[in-house]
Amino acid sequence: MRRLINRRPARATGIYLAALPFVLLIAAYLAGSAARLAENPNDKLLPAFDTIGDAIWRMAAMEDVRSGDILLWVDTAASLERLLTGLMVAGLVGLAFGITIGLIPLVRATLSPFVGMLSMIPPLAVLPILFIVFGLGELSKVMLIVIGITPFLIRELAGRTAELPGEQLIKAQTLGAGTWQIIARVVLPQIMPRLIGALRLALGPAWLFLIAAEAIAATDGLGYRIFLVRRYLAMDIILPYVAWITFLAFMLDWLLGKLSAKAYAWTHTG
Amino acid sequence: MSAVTIDNLWKSYGDRPVLERIALEVETGAFCTLVGPSGCGKTTFLRMLLSQERPTRGHILVDDKPLPPEPGPDRGVVFQRYSVFPHLTVLQNVVLGLEFRHAPLLGRLFGAARRRALEEAERWVEAVGLARSRDAYPAQLSGGMQQRLAIAQALILKPRLLLLDEPFGALDPGIRADMHVLIRRLWQEEGMTVFMVTHDIREAFGLGTRVLAFDKVRHDPQAPDAYGATITYDLPGRTPGSEADALIPVHYRRRLEQSAA
Repeated sequence: MRRLINRRPARATGIYLAALPFVLLIAAYLAGSAARLAENPNDKLLPAFDTIGDAIWRMAAMEDVRSGDILLWVDTAASLERLLTGLMVAGLVGLAFGITIGLIPLVRATLSPFVGMLSMIPPLAVLPILFIVFGLGELSKVMLIVIGITPFLIRELAGRTAELPGEQLIKAQTLGAGTWQIIARVVLPQIMPRLIGALRLALGPAWLFLIAAEAIAATDGLGYRIFLVRRYLAMDIILPYVAWITFLAFMLDWLLGKLSAKAYAWTHTG
Repeated sequence: MSAVTIDNLWKSYGDRPVLERIALEVETGAFCTLVGPSGCGKTTFLRMLLSQERPTRGHILVDDKPLPPEPGPDRGVVFQRYSVFPHLTVLQNVVLGLEFRHAPLLGRLFGAARRRALEEAERWVEAVGLARSRDAYPAQLSGGMQQRLAIAQALILKPRLLLLDEPFGALDPGIRADMHVLIRRLWQEEGMTVFMVTHDIREAFGLGTRVLAFDKVRHDPQAPDAYGATITYDLPGRTPGSEADALIPVHYRRRLEQSAA
């Protein structure tokens, strides 16, 4: 018998093993749902798959009676717009501050402790302030995402910049580069794939802040919808919405990974 | 005329001296090799030539002018590692110096200026024998090829001083011999002054026109850090092994070998 650490699944076995937890989860749900529905046909907690299917059809293909919108797509568009705006703004701010803090000692001395302090503020605690200052519109929701993930991005990118071998910076100087040229040709291209990696890590928190903001003050959005229908115990809507959010998050992560591999091939060679 | 003049140079970290009473005159076009046991300050000396560190006392003059306070294109450098940029291909690494020189704002050339720069870079890529790998990233190159690239990258700006910090220390002996041929040829063609730190005393005598051996001459057994090292032997290089043996005292050679092992 070989040691457990040396036993590797064949390709086909690997696929079965990966599918196993999903199958178990669905089976457990079906069993639980069937048991509850047998006892009470009006049970709303674990709706049957055809009930969920009806709800998906209602949300994704039929116009809402009151607004005439197809709700799932309106919610998705609203949420993605907030999320992507927040990620973009946070990415740009994180990049600018991260690189300058990591590279320029005077900026590091000035801002590093300040950013360290800022990153300790729980973003949800400042949400009321955002609502007061920026109103209940789009800006406050985007700002919550930005405030939530920018300090992490700054610290991560500053750390990565500072980790660049000192030899590289000396070498660039012996090739006649000034500070700006070093940023443009040496630091920025090497930090961009790190930014993408950091954004992938920040996706989870970004979704958290988005849904929190939408739950509290919004008139559309994926987070708004699930908190709205919670009042009617509409698990048949909440469950597919959660699955849809998970799928969107997974796709964003996958796309960022692809982008990094394509645009920054040098990090993936050798 | 003398390329590098150093008079009574000292360097200490805090109250711990590393180098003391360094005095040196090096003529233009010399190939100086710097040897010494580990921790004797030969790399610190090279860093001062690079303006990466400042002397605690004394000055370094290059062509009778004080050394600029920052590294610059007048002095090229090749380190043992991390000398090339991992995100640029071979050709892009080599052309980078020209782009920095001619494009102060963007650090990037376009159109005819870019073509001219690339042609010059291609000549250097060929000169170090990397023509077939011109579009490879450094991670795809062997250690020896990476050092060839670092040399081409440094030489395209035609620095007056070339500083080499154990550039071949991590290479296999066969590759190392190839690199010796290459660096000697380029040194003869370009006529620059070279300072090279090495652990290998045979490399030092084989390559250098002048071998500078660093060591501590003053010892306090109660306080081993009380005194810094200085240049203890200043010997002519390019001498066959047996003659070099006669030049360098046995006890010093033994200490070098112990320190390298």
